[in-house]
Amino acid sequence: MRLSRRSLLGTAAVAATVPAMRAGAQTPTLKLGVLTDLSGPYQDIGGPLAIAAAQQAIEDFGAAGKGMKVEVVSADHQNKPDIGANVARQWFDRDGVDIILEVANSGVALAVAGVAKEKNKVYINSGAATSDLTGAQCNANTIHFVYDTYMLARSTGGALVKAGGDTWFFITADYAFGHALTRDVTTFVEQAGGKVLGGVRTPFPGTTDFSSFLLQAQSSGAKVIGLANAGADTINTIKQAKEFGIKQKLGGLLVFLSDVHAMGLDICQGLVLTESFYWDFNDRTRAFAERIKPKAPSKRPTMVHAGTYASALHYLKVAHDMGVAQAKADGAATVARLKAMPTDDDCFGKGVIRADGRKIHPSYLFEVKKPGESKYPWDYYKLLATTPAEEAFRPLNAGGCPLAKA
Amino acid sequence: MFMILGYPAPLMFGQLLLGLINGAFYALLSLGLAVIFGMLNIVNFAHGALFMLGAFVAWGLLEYLGIGYWVALFLAPLIVGVFGVLTEKLLIRHLYKLDHLYGLLLTFGLALIIEGLARNQYGSSGMPYRIPAALQGATDLGFMFLPNYRGWVVLAAAVMCLITWLVIEKTSVGATLRAATENAPLVQAFGVNVPRLITLTYAGGVALAAFAGVLAAPIYSVNPNMGANFIIVVFAVVVIGGMGSILGSIVTGFGLGIIEGLTKVFYPQASATVIFLVMVIVLLARPAGLFGKAA
Repeated sequence: MRLSRRSLLGTAAVAATVPAMRAGAQTPTLKLGVLTDLSGPYQDIGGPLAIAAAQQAIEDFGAAGKGMKVEVVSADHQNKPDIGANVARQWFDRDGVDIILEVANSGVALAVAGVAKEKNKVYINSGAATSDLTGAQCNANTIHFVYDTYMLARSTGGALVKAGGDTWFFITADYAFGHALTRDVTTFVEQAGGKVLGGVRTPFPGTTDFSSFLLQAQSSGAKVIGLANAGADTINTIKQAKEFGIKQKLGGLLVFLSDVHAMGLDICQGLVLTESFYWDFNDRTRAFAERIKPKAPSKRPTMVHAGTYASALHYLKVAHDMGVAQAKADGAATVARLKAMPTDDDCFGKGVIRADGRKIHPSYLFEVKKPGESKYPWDYYKLLATTPAEEAFRPLNAGGCPLAKA
Repeated sequence: MFMILGYPAPLMFGQLLLGLINGAFYALLSLGLAVIFGMLNIVNFAHGALFMLGAFVAWGLLEYLGIGYWVALFLAPLIVGVFGVLTEKLLIRHLYKLDHLYGLLLTFGLALIIEGLARNQYGSSGMPYRIPAALQGATDLGFMFLPNYRGWVVLAAAVMCLITWLVIEKTSVGATLRAATENAPLVQAFGVNVPRLITLTYAGGVALAAFAGVLAAPIYSVNPNMGANFIIVVFAVVVIGGMGSILGSIVTGFGLGIIEGLTKVFYPQASATVIFLVMVIVLLARPAGLFGKAA
């Protein structure tokens, strides 16, 4: 028999894993998979710091001291649902991953939810926005942790309508996220007696020049231009609106701390936005930001990083509580335990996860500071209003999730 | 109000002008590509990365050395041009005798490396870069509010295109260059240092990309992916104009900018695809491109 180098390497690799598998049978290793954008527009919202946040959760939980073996693996979903679903499948089938975390990008997020259900594993999303994850497309293996389009619509949309912005024009990123956000904001605007005058759907990804869409928004005469996009798209839109002297109010419906940092305060000042976490909010959030700082000294965590941390921490608590072997065996049972145990972490304080998989906590309406008001690096937000946890998210029975009725 | 095709005229004029502005970037970038392809026979897939590098060098000059926009407009193309000289001498030089595919693979790999390094270092949301003080503000044209900076972009791009065209088509340097691509040994026999000429041509094409990058820095987010968003469109422009045709890439660049701008009004979802539709049609009707000569 001719022995090729490849088959030799393959045999060696299999041989090498045999002892590892045997050791694993004695104390099973929990594997957390951080599936995120490592190369595209959402890399700073999630990306490498999300992976670091999962690691931080393991350290803070003290997994090693409790005799638990926990490992973090990561992959780039490239903002493509098919790639994201393939990685998820491979992780669950071949690599023994127990839980998938983060997954910014709503299109990928929905695809991964399907895989988690099919393979009966655990999936806690902290990066995607679409409220469909806990609505029509909810399932017993999925939890949505940080924010969603309903929360953003209610807080930012509601505040802008209240301030007199009763006519709207949307600039919508043409995929699942943009559509969901536009839909949810439209509902709020219309409920408050406002009107949507029009909108454009912009190709995603790949649109860099938004000036044409901004001019269409301007000539529509709407008082508010709703930006149903995120990351680099939002940055380009806001930058170009300033350049073209657009006088209408910009509704940045999903703006992250990293976006504000990238644009600078002179462009962003006065922008109203909603987040459920801000690093400089209270002593606990500052303590968290301080702990994770060595992992990325030039950055501060966004709410997605905070969510990846908090969801990993909550999962570890539950896995420890129910036993690692049981947690690995049945995803849906683990998710039921995750829902039963109240959450408590430095980033979001105390909270609960509802039957539909929606984690609830207060949402905060912030205004971006003027350059003169910012006293130290990353001092960007001032608090305008707080929506209590019970009101911040869509009512349990209004989302069309079958789990909510049970 | 005066209407065009059911849309208010001011809106339409505004969109045409915006199309022209985007066309300016397409023209500048595809010009560099056409020069490099026409003279070196290399499909330079690293062009988008070098465009991005131009913007980053401008940002870095300001951030670390306090050197402002106007100096960066000359310095950044120079720096990126030197980088171009190094890549040509060390890498690309060895591929002239080989199939196009090798040059494409090499430059594509280079692009991935440059973009990956930038992403590792600076993340994806980009760096702030302000419009220079002299060009802030806007002018009311009656039908639209034109930011002064955008006006400058069109002007600068048009002048740069004209200069490049004149140098290649009307000067003795350009004539030597064109002769060298036709028959290098013969030109060398006349005492011209052809390899150096080729190196400088590559550096020139690359410098054009960097120049476009500096122009783009105040408008677009200065981020590692900014070139990748442009490069595919720019390749379509070069193919439509006719590979290697200088005039073709300039005219097509501006023209397709306008077509794309109008699509953004009538059917925005298709604005990213319309250029490729045009490409398919042109390739079916004129396989050598609008301005290309059949081989």
